[in-house]
Amino acid sequence: MNQWIEITLLKDIPVLGSRIVETEDANIAVFRGSDDQVYAVKDACPHKQGPLSQGIMHDGTVTCPLHNWKINLTNGEAQGPDSGCVNVYPIKVEDGQVFLKLQSEEPEV
Amino acid sequence: MLKQDLVLIGNGMAGVRTLEEILKLDPERYNITVFGEEPYGNYNRMMLSPVLASEKTIAEIMLNDEQWYVDNNITLHKGKKIDAIDRAKQIVTASDGTQAHYDRLILATGSMPFMLPLPGADKEGVIAFRDIKDVDTMLDATKSYPKAVVIGGGLLGLEAAYGLMKQGMEVTVVHLGATLMDRQLDTNASQLLQKSLEERGMKFLMQHSSAEILGDKRVSGLKFNDGTEAEADLLVMAVGIKPNIALAQSCGLHCERGIVVNDTMQTYDPKIYAMGECVQHRGIAYGLVAPLFEQAKVAANHLVEYGIASYTGSVTSTKLKVTGIELFSAGDFIGNDSTEEIVFKDEANGTYKKIVLADNRIQGAVLYGDTVDGSWYFQLMKDGTDVSAFRDTLLFGQAHLGDSGHNPETRVATLSDDAEICGCNGVCKGEIVKAISVNKLFTLDEVRAHTKASASCGSCTGLVESLLAHTVGGEYSATPSSKPLCGCTDATHDQVREGIIKGQLKTMPEVRSSFQWRQPDGCPSCRSALNYYLLCAWPNEYVDDAQSRFINERAHGNIQKDGTYSVVPRMFGGMCTAQDLRSIADVADKYEVPTMKVTGGQRIDMFGIKKEQLPAVWKDLTDAGFVSGHAYGKSMRTVKTCVGSEWCRFGTQDSTGLGVQLEELTWGSWMPHKFKLAVSGCPRNCAEATIKDFGVVCVDSGYEIHIAGNGGIKVRVTDLLCKISTEAEVLEYCGAFCQLYREDAHYLERTAPWVERVGLEKIKQAVVEDAEQRKALNKRFLESQVKAQVDPWKERAEGVANLEFTPIKVNAGAVV
Ligand code: SRM
Ligand SMILES: Cc1cc2nc3c(=O)[nH]c(=O)nc-3n(C[C@H](O)[C@H](O)[C@H](O)COP(=O)(O)OP(=O)(O)OC[C@H]3O[C@@H](n4cnc5c(N)ncnc54)[C@H](O)[C@@H]3O)c2cc1C
Ligand code: SF4
Ligand code: FES
Repeated sequence: MNQWIEITLLKDIPVLGSRIVETEDANIAVFRGSDDQVYAVKDACPHKQGPLSQGIMHDGTVTCPLHNWKINLTNGEAQGPDSGCVNVYPIKVEDGQVFLKLQSEEPEV
Repeated sequence: MLKQDLVLIGNGMAGVRTLEEILKLDPERYNITVFGEEPYGNYNRMMLSPVLASEKTIAEIMLNDEQWYVDNNITLHKGKKIDAIDRAKQIVTASDGTQAHYDRLILATGSMPFMLPLPGADKEGVIAFRDIKDVDTMLDATKSYPKAVVIGGGLLGLEAAYGLMKQGMEVTVVHLGATLMDRQLDTNASQLLQKSLEERGMKFLMQHSSAEILGDKRVSGLKFNDGTEAEADLLVMAVGIKPNIALAQSCGLHCERGIVVNDTMQTYDPKIYAMGECVQHRGIAYGLVAPLFEQAKVAANHLVEYGIASYTGSVTSTKLKVTGIELFSAGDFIGNDSTEEIVFKDEANGTYKKIVLADNRIQGAVLYGDTVDGSWYFQLMKDGTDVSAFRDTLLFGQAHLGDSGHNPETRVATLSDDAEICGCNGVCKGEIVKAISVNKLFTLDEVRAHTKASASCGSCTGLVESLLAHTVGGEYSATPSSKPLCGCTDATHDQVREGIIKGQLKTMPEVRSSFQWRQPDGCPSCRSALNYYLLCAWPNEYVDDAQSRFINERAHGNIQKDGTYSVVPRMFGGMCTAQDLRSIADVADKYEVPTMKVTGGQRIDMFGIKKEQLPAVWKDLTDAGFVSGHAYGKSMRTVKTCVGSEWCRFGTQDSTGLGVQLEELTWGSWMPHKFKLAVSGCPRNCAEATIKDFGVVCVDSGYEIHIAGNGGIKVRVTDLLCKISTEAEVLEYCGAFCQLYREDAHYLERTAPWVERVGLEKIKQAVVEDAEQRKALNKRFLESQVKAQVDPWKERAEGVANLEFTPIKVNAGAVV
């Protein structure tokens, strides 16, 4: 699905918080930074599929609520001593409206 | 210098550890090529036992995944077995024809499980326990077959049997000798071990010698020499290992039982090194990882031509990886005519210790049930220390040398810096403590990542955790107040708390800028701490920041491993009516709650509720008169009560009534950590008030107030604070104590460590002796409760934070 989809208003995503986008087969977690930068990743931690949307977000990173892995929201990579990667999706804001593409930037491995 | 070619045959624990050591010393020296017969990266073979028991996954036991080889420019040929080594041309050839040239060659081919040559040994379902393939076969079998027999009552056999049993199979262990693990344990310890395994359901056929494997295509049973039989749909042979030397022999390298190496791990061909279970060094072939890792270090040292290390053999110790069984043995624990023994045995308690001495030096030790001192004895043994000075207390352990108590944390404190903590990786206490303080480590995983301690067989995990608790716990550190709040700042908890009040700092950004935080948004640790400190300091003004709270507190439920939540309605003092129970039952029916449970906190937990359902579930519960139980928060949790004077023949006061009053007083309060209360109606103490943060024990003449107990990870019995005579006083003392804790403790510090840190005297002074201060504290507590006692569930059922619970739905098809 390589087209931009309108999902929500920017103001409806809490600052340093997230919303879940439900699609047919998987959830996508959409985050908003303190600088209003938005990020979209698959809502499943590379460790044990923890819901990343429920973690605490800080400086472009989210800490998974289940076992505290830290995931970089820009490239989807786990940080620090952990290794693993989560799919990242294209996302943009225009006039306060958030758009998402359901085609992940890197094919799943 | 042109890079030389280094080839490793055997992608196992010893070989890859050698590569790691080489990369540490001189990453640019070699072009490295690895051949491994198994189709994986490098994994922790020892952890196959926990994998079999479903305590770990294969992903969790990978030591170096395939990316590691890529990152280090190593060519990995996995799933390729080397068949031939041409020592003249310096070329190795794999069975599929792949070839590689070497300037230096490493042989680390490990060992082969020894298979008893019984008739029928080729039947389906007859296997060894050595690699991932074997574990897969076993796990498959557990799905379709009920009965397993394990031949061999040694370490490996028992771990296999335990794993299969945990998977639901009926397991019989067949052992030739009269006692289990006869090479590692003496009779006493073996018997305790056998008894405890039998209690878990394992069956044993001791002194049975196997004669024939029965069955058609697949095994159906095992026949013994005495003519008896045992049924089996799976037969695991764990009778020993033999060094895997076929390849070395085929190219003419000198082998005896193993590939013979010298003290530099060099074989008879100077271009070829070998280490691990395939070698024989000074006559010994080892079967544990600690020696292999030492060998790996020495070999690496010579391969990068430092030429200064030498391996002179290892003294080994043994532990069994069966959850809940503590067992340690080392050295000569049987003894002889010229040795003496010190023995301690408490059968009822399942504890046994035996130390063998010769000339006041430890020759060997067996510990069962309590193994905390294993590493200490092992160290004394390796060092040959004369123990006469403390011989009479030797069995009580190292902690007994000083008067430092008996909990593991203080026991590790007394270990010397060079005491070995992790036997597998040879990591000493000093190294771990240094890594913890230099790198500001706070979790076990971080310590594993930095030091490798407890990253292999895991049996020293408890010790490492104690060290961690001890090192970061603030109790011991020479400068306790200088521990920064988190990695974002150098300021301590106390400095921040003081700064908030003195500087009238009222928002998180103000705090972060005035203390020069390094991360603009902070991190999960400091964000949740600051949110609490601000809330506590400015109860009427500060606006709570939901995004700085851990999800449990944000969603007002406990997140479960599958992402659903659990919901616990408050039941004041554990009291309820038939109607209450009916309402909960109705909610459970309506939302098809999959599991319900009575909690340890005297109320009912409903599991498996989806996040979107939460507001509706809460609405129904609120309508039925319930408020949130805060079972998820760093907050006041429960008040446990016993029956009390209303019904109980021993009750001295109305413990349930007082419990309800205390819960009505304290519910909703946010605290530095969770806070639990209890009221017992008499000193029989059925409500377990003496392991609570605030406990009341009723007596004829009034109420004993107990504080700072903890029943969790580290049990701590309360300190008696005072005795008072009326219920009104209990409520006032409780409010004052809560507030002192709220204002003084560090975030995530429960009352037990807090009181140990600041001292009971300080609490007594503020709450008992100084009536003015008690009243002032209680007053501040009551004020903060005005805003805190708003039911978060009711608010959310009415629409507060509704976005949190509303997913965005798109119908644009599936994600790709
Ligand atoms: C539900 C319950 C178990 C049960 O079914 O009985 C429970 C469940 C959990 N406990 Fe507990 N504890 C429960 C009573 C206890 C008790 C017993 C008690 O309160 O009488 C203790 C020991 C007493 C104590 O706290 O001193 C207890 C000591 C812990 C600890 C260790 C705390 C410590 O200071 O050492 C943790 C870990 C932590 O808090 O970091 C913990 C953490 C947990 C968590 C929250 C784990 C987590 O972070 O997800 C569990 C949530 C399960 C879930 O998904 O819902 N739980 N936990 C009990 C809820 C009581 C309630 O009604 O609120
Ligand atoms: C279930 C289990 C539990 C254990 N628990 C413990 C424990 O708690 N504590 C402890 O200290 N030890 C334990 N051990 C023993 C420990 O795992 C071994 O000592 C260690 O793995 C040996 O390392 P190694 O590199 O010598 O051999 P291995 O790890 O076996 O590696 C050898 C590798 O070489 C490969 N290979 C062999 N020949 C060739 C060839 N011709 N070409 C290509 N590749 C080849 C093999 O496939 C294998 O992958 C346990 C072992 C098992 C099986
Ligand atoms: S003891 Fe507590 S934390 Fe551990 S599994 Fe049980 S409920 Fe969970
Ligand atoms: S599932 Fe995310 S850290 Fe474990």
